[in-house]
Amino acid sequence: MKSITKQKPIEEIENSLQGMDKVFVIGCGTCTTLTKTGGVEQVEAMKESLQQIGKRVTGGTVIPTACDDMTEETMKENEQYIRSADCVLSMSCALGVHRMTLYLDKPVIPAVDTLFIGVEESPGYFREVCSQCGQCLLGETAGICPITACHKGLVNGPCGGTNNGKCEVDKEKDCAWTLIYNRLKEQNRLDLMRRYQPPRNHHVTLKPGIMKIE
Amino acid sequence: MISRFEEVINSDKFIVTTEVAPPKGTNLEKMLHHIDILKDKVDAINVTDHQSSVMRFPSLGGCLAIKEKGGEPIMQMTCRDRNRMALEADLLFAYSRGIRNVLCLTGDAVPVGDHKEAKGVFDLDSLQLLMAIRQLMSGKDLGGNELEGTVEFCMGAIVTPEAQPLEPQLVKFEKKIEAGAQFFQTQAIYDLENFASFMRYARKFNTKILAGIVLLSSARMAKYMTENVPGIFVPQDLIDEMSGTPKEGMLAKGIEIAGRTIAILKKEALCDGVHIMAIGREEVVPDILKAAGL
Repeated sequence: MKSITKQKPIEEIENSLQGMDKVFVIGCGTCTTLTKTGGVEQVEAMKESLQQIGKRVTGGTVIPTACDDMTEETMKENEQYIRSADCVLSMSCALGVHRMTLYLDKPVIPAVDTLFIGVEESPGYFREVCSQCGQCLLGETAGICPITACHKGLVNGPCGGTNNGKCEVDKEKDCAWTLIYNRLKEQNRLDLMRRYQPPRNHHVTLKPGIMKIE
Repeated sequence: MISRFEEVINSDKFIVTTEVAPPKGTNLEKMLHHIDILKDKVDAINVTDHQSSVMRFPSLGGCLAIKEKGGEPIMQMTCRDRNRMALEADLLFAYSRGIRNVLCLTGDAVPVGDHKEAKGVFDLDSLQLLMAIRQLMSGKDLGGNELEGTVEFCMGAIVTPEAQPLEPQLVKFEKKIEAGAQFFQTQAIYDLENFASFMRYARKFNTKILAGIVLLSSARMAKYMTENVPGIFVPQDLIDEMSGTPKEGMLAKGIEIAGRTIAILKKEALCDGVHIMAIGREEVVPDILKAAGL
């Protein structure tokens, strides 16, 4: 599982940093390193970009996994550089931003947008395969999630926008229901697709989700 | 009978429906004119629901206008813009104002339209909408609560006989029939051989099939549709027939082709009726009917 991110345009970052001249940059050694949006190289490049737009960089680091509890320690190790900055610019995903704000009384500004939770199917190719809906249908859809893989999240079969096995919103995207149909047919389980799927419960876990392991 | 249209679909008559598109804005003049010239010539008139995900005056409003003029409306209802509560509420309102026919659609995707950043709802899909109407008709809402005064609708759905691949569409088609779809209006069909093969299959089911007839207004449009619109295939000989026609005669040629197609469908009893979509040229629908000998 990877948090898939995209770097924000420097103009947007500059806009978010208005009135804050001294910046400490934090990347993440896990997901944003894999997606090349917040690893060591990108943090170095960001420091340069910040200097080019007239910011003072008090330092930078890459936390092994920004969303876990080790983040607090990294904050302590870099305390003096962070203290002298007006804010932290985070190059981790939003989960890391959240974690950092727990330990800092300074603003944490995201430099990346978090797009989806995905898997790396082949090196450098990430795909969103689950929407964390809380009612897993994969057993009935041959392992392809229609809520995620179908643009409209349809659970009862394809819409009329399917085009030679592709989706009407993007010719590069497969029609989820063509894939599901083919795989169920191979498995001789098409009866599953003929089943009526009732409307989904959108509140399986009341948002925001909380889980406490006893 | 639930509606005048239901009476027609339960008869042996060759059914003819068409559609009008509400305007973007409040100037209803053109739509009202189309309703005036069409209401007595067809069995029912569909009103599109933000067709192609382009925001317009609502289907419900267009249907009321048809009712006011004594016509028979089919309210197109997509699941793109309303959650189940809003759909149910609109159905209650539609019923209270005499609308008795609903065409249940999933709806086009938001990004193909003119409000590309809007949220696509799809809380229900076309099948679940059919089931929702059945539930309302049984006197209960989707929350399982009793209704004070219920609804009755003649329900329809759509099918795409030219979809590639076709088999997954047919699974859904059969589910829609099981859910109670009394009639189907198909996506545009031009290849009659392929349509006849679809009908040999569809005849097994107890529902009425209205072939979708989309008016070809130019060779360019025919080519564009076959290349870009999912589920539409215009055979090359029709494209050639259009492109071999001088520009000023193209519309007349399109009318001729549509009329000819309808006449064949009726003569050979290939299906139960037609649904004519003139897409912006609704004023020529009477000419198409004339060309078809209807």
